[in-house]
Amino acid sequence: MKWDEFFVTGEPMIYAAMVSIVLVSIAIPVGLTYFKKWGYLWRHWLTTVDHKKIGVMYIIAALLMLFRGGVDALLMRAQTAIPDNGLLDGQHYNEIFTTHGIIMILFMAMPFIIGLMNVVIPLQIGARDVAFPRLNAVSFWLFFFGAMLLNISFVIGGSPDAGWTAYFPLASVEFSPTVGNNYYSLALQIAGIGTLMTGINFLVTILKMRAPGMKLMKMPMFTWSILITSIIIVFAFPVLTVALALMMLDRQFGTQFFAMQNGGMDMLWANLFWVWGHPEVYIVILPAFGIYSEIIATFAKKNLYGYKSMVYSMVAISLLSFLVWVHHFYTMGHGVMVNSVFSITTMAIAIPTGVKIFNWLFTLRKGKISFTTPMLYSLAFIPIFTIGGVTGVMLAMASADYQYHNTMFLVAHFHYVLIPGTVFAVIAGFHYWFPKLFGFKLNERLGKWSFWFIAISFNVTFFPLFILGLNGMTRRMYTYSESTGYGPLNMLSMVGALGLTIGFILLVYNIYWSTRYQPREVTGDPWDARSLEWSTPSPVPEYNFAKVPVIDTLDAFWYSKKEGKPLTDEDDYEPIHMPNNNGQPFIMGVFFFFFGFFMVFSWWIPAIIAGLFILGTMAYRSFEKDHGHYISVGEIERTENALRGEKE
Amino acid sequence: MKQLFPVPHVIGFVSSLLLSLIALIVVKFHLSFTMGMTILGVTALIQAALQLFLFMHVNENENKSALLTNIGYALFVGLVTIFGTLFAMMWGYQMI
Ligand code: HEM
Ligand SMILES: [Cu+2]
Repeated sequence: MKWDEFFVTGEPMIYAAMVSIVLVSIAIPVGLTYFKKWGYLWRHWLTTVDHKKIGVMYIIAALLMLFRGGVDALLMRAQTAIPDNGLLDGQHYNEIFTTHGIIMILFMAMPFIIGLMNVVIPLQIGARDVAFPRLNAVSFWLFFFGAMLLNISFVIGGSPDAGWTAYFPLASVEFSPTVGNNYYSLALQIAGIGTLMTGINFLVTILKMRAPGMKLMKMPMFTWSILITSIIIVFAFPVLTVALALMMLDRQFGTQFFAMQNGGMDMLWANLFWVWGHPEVYIVILPAFGIYSEIIATFAKKNLYGYKSMVYSMVAISLLSFLVWVHHFYTMGHGVMVNSVFSITTMAIAIPTGVKIFNWLFTLRKGKISFTTPMLYSLAFIPIFTIGGVTGVMLAMASADYQYHNTMFLVAHFHYVLIPGTVFAVIAGFHYWFPKLFGFKLNERLGKWSFWFIAISFNVTFFPLFILGLNGMTRRMYTYSESTGYGPLNMLSMVGALGLTIGFILLVYNIYWSTRYQPREVTGDPWDARSLEWSTPSPVPEYNFAKVPVIDTLDAFWYSKKEGKPLTDEDDYEPIHMPNNNGQPFIMGVFFFFFGFFMVFSWWIPAIIAGLFILGTMAYRSFEKDHGHYISVGEIERTENALRGEKE
Repeated sequence: MKQLFPVPHVIGFVSSLLLSLIALIVVKFHLSFTMGMTILGVTALIQAALQLFLFMHVNENENKSALLTNIGYALFVGLVTIFGTLFAMMWGYQMI
């Protein structure tokens, strides 16, 4: 390979990106050295095994990726805003919609959700950390370096350009000869392994580490949603792992799994991708359902309506989500029987989803509703998501889908479920749990401004796409002629996208403003909420709970507040056993990054060496003895008194 | 040292490698279809059992209902994926 192929050349935008990457990568080490923060960064963040800090790092990474994916989105909208636009050429447009999809789903939605579950789940079930804290750090660093690997692709070697679905034969070496889709298979593989381990970790955490007395049916709804999500992760992600491995073998080792001849089957990729892909959309939506359930119950001052039906509908969704994948490629030439079967299973999944909508509505009924920012997002979610669900059922009818498939109508559908579903939920959850982590609320005025910008602009951006789709505009076309008449609605959509941008800028500004000026919050329970995480002081000390809580009902914290009974039966503090920080997960992530990078370019010798280093870290780990450490009673007393203001 | 050395695990690891090698016979030599399938089927079953009992310790679990739910779920997803794929991509493909 020649050097001018190694770096992507010839595009002013790419050069600008390169310059900014170089500047940032100089600025960060210089800044760290100047402020003498290397040690702080290493000891408190890079080596941490604390679930709260890992959660915060996930969320920061997700916000960065939201920015990157958002810029992609703006470029696409700008390109299509007017007919025959020349802002981006076809190839560049292909790369942008591909990375936009990958980044938003795998490197924004997933880590944001995993970040929130890291922060909240141990607190909600009364545990002091997750079941496998070190593994948790490994998960994070694998995700992080997987994401970085994909992100460098647009300056080094070229980005994947066959869509986030990477359908074969388009994604094969024959039709996508650049290394772009090697990045796809390797970066997603590395990040995906991290996610799989997160699934296992939280499954075990929730099953094994709940506070005494917290039976399964007494768990908060968010915990339930994460339990179900973890199950789906554990069963769905291995399919992605295998599919990506086959893709890598096909592209780099000459196998023919997805080839069009020699006994290969190109459509098998689409099949495997969606066997993972449909459960994946439920992996990103179920936690959102959990977040909304918490927020709606808290701000309606009522317990969740129909707790049991909520749980059963989630269990039903988890099974059904594995039965519907073919609805993503009805048009591939299956017989009537196949399409009918999958139409029916797809429509069936709308039933448990509908049940949950009614549960939230009944929870709101006769509640004392306070319209805080997180609550506004939750309330806006219900009608907007319903539009997404109803259009989903339209798409579910195979014969009708022959019209809708791969048009802007489909694009509008999945944005109508993913944005009010996942994005609103993680923003709402972010506002809701922010004071728990940092000890102050985000400003409500700014929060509401950004809410209205986001909620209204969302509809302005994506509603026109339904109409455009019905008028025949297909997805992924980088330009169109004026005679098609698509111009005005696309322009409207661009206006909406600018409004969304303003909303997100306000959101970020709110974080900055609140950090400087918001009053500190001392109760630990700023929203008068119901579940266990609010019984801890804010910010939460390393060990979470000074005394192990004991639970006898759902919303035990709420009743302990109302009836004034203590949440624990321990009288005195006892020394607390905690895991040690460790740098190996980070180092292992670095090795994985290099391994992936060398593999992308088929540089076998360096790749083998990096691979040996990875094995080395694992071997080292298995001979290592690390028994954690104890936090003494004296230290617990000091911390608790400082945080709770000596009132006990 | 003797107590520390994980004999069953090493045996398990070596035999799982061996089983993969045996399965490779099917690719390397010209066997009849039934013969090939039999070899693959048998080695796959032994392999699965090895993983479940040696490395995943299924027989050491005292919570039987969790175990059964888990295995049930795994079977459900596995079978649905395999037979669903066969149904969608071969049996039901372009069949009116
Ligand atoms: C009421 C429940 C739902 C139904 C019946 C439904 C149905 C469908 C159907 C039939 C398609 C394929 C359409 C086509 O390709 O022509 C589709 C695509 C899609 N759906 Fe849904 N859906 C539902 C909910 C969701 C949810 C909750 C999410 C995610 C949070 C989601 C995300 C997506 C995505 C990302 C795609 C398109 C992927 C692509 O081709 O790039 N859907 N949906
Ligand atoms: Cu789907």
